[in-house]
Amino acid sequence: MYSIIGLLSDNGKVTEGKVIFDGQDISPSQFKSKKEYEAALEKLRGNSMAMIFQDPMTFLNPILKIGTQLIEPILNHTNCTKAEAREKALELMEKVGIPSAEKRIDQYPFEFSGGMRQRIVIAIALANNPKLIIADEPTTALDVTIQAQVLELIDELKKSSNSAIIMISHDLGVVAKLCDRIAIMYGGKIVEIGTDKDIFYDPKHPYTKGLLNCIANPEDDDDKELEPIAGSPPDLLNPPKGCPFVDRCSEAMRICKDVEPEVSTFSDTHQCACWLLHSKAVKE
Amino acid sequence: MSEKPILSVRNLKTYFDVTKGLFAKKQIVKAVDDVSFDVMPNETFGLVGESGCGKTTLGRTIVKLYEPHSGSIEFEGHDIAKLKGKELNRFRKDMQMIFQDPYASLNPRMTVGEIIKEPMIIHNIYNTDEEREERVVELLKIVGLKPDHIRRYPAEFSGGQRQRIGIARALAVDPKFIVCDEPISALDVSIQAQVINLLEQIQKEMGLSYLFIAHDLSMVKHISDKIGVMYLGHMVEMGDSNDVYHRPLHPYTTALLSAIPIPDPDIAKGKGRIVLEGEIPSPINPPSGCPFSTRCPKATERCHLEMPKPIQVGNRIVACMLYEK
Repeated sequence: MYSIIGLLSDNGKVTEGKVIFDGQDISPSQFKSKKEYEAALEKLRGNSMAMIFQDPMTFLNPILKIGTQLIEPILNHTNCTKAEAREKALELMEKVGIPSAEKRIDQYPFEFSGGMRQRIVIAIALANNPKLIIADEPTTALDVTIQAQVLELIDELKKSSNSAIIMISHDLGVVAKLCDRIAIMYGGKIVEIGTDKDIFYDPKHPYTKGLLNCIANPEDDDDKELEPIAGSPPDLLNPPKGCPFVDRCSEAMRICKDVEPEVSTFSDTHQCACWLLHSKAVKE
Repeated sequence: MSEKPILSVRNLKTYFDVTKGLFAKKQIVKAVDDVSFDVMPNETFGLVGESGCGKTTLGRTIVKLYEPHSGSIEFEGHDIAKLKGKELNRFRKDMQMIFQDPYASLNPRMTVGEIIKEPMIIHNIYNTDEEREERVVELLKIVGLKPDHIRRYPAEFSGGQRQRIGIARALAVDPKFIVCDEPISALDVSIQAQVINLLEQIQKEMGLSYLFIAHDLSMVKHISDKIGVMYLGHMVEMGDSNDVYHRPLHPYTTALLSAIPIPDPDIAKGKGRIVLEGEIPSPINPPSGCPFSTRCPKATERCHLEMPKPIQVGNRIVACMLYEK
């Protein structure tokens, strides 16, 4: 995700491919210099493209007032005065459900709890009505009841604004609650993509099936033993030549080891990269 | 009840003095406040609650990593709450602990063999080093590692494998009771199931009892026979795990259950949730009366004044005014 918004650290590089955002090509190769690329993305980030980070404890600057941090993106990307920006900030704080915003706006991050800080982070992301919000595990650092509050908030915002959301999560429960379409990633590749119903009710890739089998669904009756996926994720320094999942897949064939799987299409929405599903695969 | 509990905790209190400065007003955190429960042989007791509710403190007090303030911890009929030194060590052999963070709980400068051997040496279990080494190899096989891993260092293993080393170390002294403090929360989803299955299999083979501490309700329900729900240092509800899950009595349990994200889009998207207002109060200044009264949708005036006592409802114990007559 950091590749899309140009936040890769110095040793990371986009080697190939394109990122097209709102009709505009923003892949690094499109720009003459790194400086130009940075300048172009600077205009987008925090404006029409915003990010919600995982850890609300480290995202906020501890020595700046909440208000200052909320006003910054508004001042940077619009022509309004400080007083107007403050008005807007107060509005945002109310929108994300922070009580007595008037008082809270002049407080520092340490005076906020984890759930409240995450609300501030969301408010900052919403500041300029972004077209796209990238939420990187926004509730992982929170307690369950607080997580429920924040999920409810994101769900409401999704319905009330016209923003698209890319939600990054390892929690299938969170994904099931919020997402319309889901892409399953493994070893740096998207192995399956589909609507929520495609993925949860008709999974195709052995990894997707494995993931769904190894979580305890409290709605099911107990006693059913969990089916873990054997082994552990591949070493990305020496990735397998063929399918990244080959070493942990119980149905792996010879071709899987050597050749990267082709993408099979099941419907307009549902695609999966696995040799087992290839039209020429021999079915037992 | 014919069977005797292996562990029986009564009115346990663990307090921490958090007074800052020499002349400041004394401040006490009641991390565990008046908790009672039993664990039967061969049973898994699940302990759930949000961060700061005292579940880890409770687990650590039971294995005496913290000194209890008052109350009793009876292990096989002996009260160990007041024991110290050598007498306590006898019981330490029977009670082991698996820690949350497999990256912090293994000494990076010891080999896997040394780590697993250490408890055997402390408790003087085998006479010779060969015998110990033999046992280590056996344990490595039980937890699904290879015998030649014995000379390697923790840094060479993944999180799941490290947790297996932690489990082997806990098993090294043939304990009867293991406190598992969030053993899977630091692991990847696909690895969590491996560790859960391993714990279940070991329990079946060795007849162990577990106190399983976690905030992940779905996993706790899966592995536990009984569940205790904690809030701000108090046990608010306790009972059979399926029973508690399907018919929660305490309003907090109900809210906690409704907050679990269900991995099924139809249920998750259609689910009417009970979203709790507000946050967990500070344990330094807990609310008067019922600890949950500040967030409870059903709280009455009495809840803000009086502390509810644990009462038996069917085969359940619940501490809530709604059920008091």
